[in-house]
Amino acid sequence: MANLIVIAEQRDGELRETSLETIAALTSIKQADDKLAVAIIAADPQAHVQALSVDGVDEVVAVKATDDFQPDLTEAVIVELAKERKPSVIAVAHGVDAWSFAPAAAVKLDSGLATDVMGLKVEDGELVATRAGYAEKVLVDIDFPEKETVLLTVRTNVFEPAAGSGSPEVTEMAPPEADVATTHEGWKPPADAGGIDIGGAEFILSIGRGVGDESNVEEFQELAENMGATLGCSRPIADNGWLPKAHQVGQSGQLAANCKLYIAMGVSGSVQHQWGMKHVENIVAVNTDPEASIFSIARYGIVGDMFEIAEELENHF
Amino acid sequence: MKILVTVKQVAALDDEFELRDDGRDVDEDFFEEDLNEFDHYSVEEALLIKEAAGDDAEVVIVTVGNEDTDDALRTALAKGADRGIRIWDESLADADGIAVAKVLAKVVEREKPDMVFTGAQSADFGSAVTGMALAGLLGWPHAAVVCNLEYSPGSDTATLRRELEGGLEEIMTVRCPAVLSIQLGINEPRYASLRGIKQAKQKPVDELTLDDLGLAADGVTSASRVRRMYAPEKGQAELITGSAAEQATRLAEIIKELRGM
Repeated sequence: MANLIVIAEQRDGELRETSLETIAALTSIKQADDKLAVAIIAADPQAHVQALSVDGVDEVVAVKATDDFQPDLTEAVIVELAKERKPSVIAVAHGVDAWSFAPAAAVKLDSGLATDVMGLKVEDGELVATRAGYAEKVLVDIDFPEKETVLLTVRTNVFEPAAGSGSPEVTEMAPPEADVATTHEGWKPPADAGGIDIGGAEFILSIGRGVGDESNVEEFQELAENMGATLGCSRPIADNGWLPKAHQVGQSGQLAANCKLYIAMGVSGSVQHQWGMKHVENIVAVNTDPEASIFSIARYGIVGDMFEIAEELENHF
Repeated sequence: MKILVTVKQVAALDDEFELRDDGRDVDEDFFEEDLNEFDHYSVEEALLIKEAAGDDAEVVIVTVGNEDTDDALRTALAKGADRGIRIWDESLADADGIAVAKVLAKVVEREKPDMVFTGAQSADFGSAVTGMALAGLLGWPHAAVVCNLEYSPGSDTATLRRELEGGLEEIMTVRCPAVLSIQLGINEPRYASLRGIKQAKQKPVDELTLDDLGLAADGVTSASRVRRMYAPEKGQAELITGSAAEQATRLAEIIKELRGM
């Protein structure tokens, strides 16, 4: 029997869907006699027990703390659970919170570590994790020789969230003593969207680094208007201040939740950008680089100059 | 006052590439190497603090890599950092972020900086491991994906914002000294001037071995091992070919059909 542990993720008292994806990642390798425990650190951990009582979960470990995210406390919980249970795998979602604590916890445990994992399998009795490398141009299978425990951060939007309803045992764990060096001071919500609604838009024309210069943005703004599309962008365009942040599609921007048609011009297709749009049924990629990763998720591809295509497209609308 | 900034020379791949004979990495002949994009921002943040502090503030750049990675180091020095440290040993050839952090931890013990900045992740593997593993080894306060920072040299806390999913940011104070991983967009990184590039060639770079840091090769073990590397099966977009006018005509048809226009 092996112990598997998921550290659930909550933000400001709301359980995050990524917790269920992480559970699904571990149930995909769970053997019949393995035990899967999910730990939740929150002000009212009991409030999340029902949502975490999904297929495959044998135990929910409730750790009563505050709703504030504290990397030091999370690390202490992981170290404590590892000491008690000698788990073979501990998994968390590869979200911004995990970036703060997972590597630090791994060195404290001297465990194996793989981050942004998109596939898991067992080969000859060994855990093998798959992740991407060289800006998504290759896949890498990783193993963990001589490591009794392996810590994984799991890529989001890959595993279908665990569902169903189990009846896990609920246990309480006192928060371990931790030297907490951070204090939550508040939130800064996303800037006013100014009427831009990427999440609601059905048709998005998105521009990326290929636009080259701020002065070129306006013609794409006009093209989008003429076509009846919402203008989206990738991160560098917003970082440069060429478009307000509300236009940004991707992990640190907006999810194009209702989009049916997404035209990506001069967007290479980083994993963070894809997070916001790869689910769209009709993606058209326009890019001069035939190797750009955006082509691997697009339905239609045009290997060509975004300015020439835009200029010609004007004639049709 | 001293800020230590860790940097990485990252590799992008040529359009066509081949794997190494052992199947565990790409043949390095197909690499195009450059300073990690995130590191431009962490170096800039350190330089801004140094400039605001005036007098005896020092920015030290450190990298773990063979002599090819001198380019990354000199790029950071050309922007205005004071000196560099490069550590290399052949046993580090397959080091992961954990092993690199073990080396960097010894450099921090030696340099005793007031703050350590790293990039939030590397542009090639995006592991987001090295900086926070370093913090774990040192037992230092830490925060990742910092998109705004208020810190005065000598202060025992810093106020920062972490960039979360969906554009939300969390405001946080952290005890100092701390290890912070810096996110894109926190500032506008400067380009090195011609004068800066010339001066960078004269700036001191300490080239250290593991032995110099009191480390043995078997003391810097990785937390993972590459079993194999391979090209992913890619989805294949239906390519629209022809002249730009023809391609645009077809694209307009697709748009009108899907939009019911």
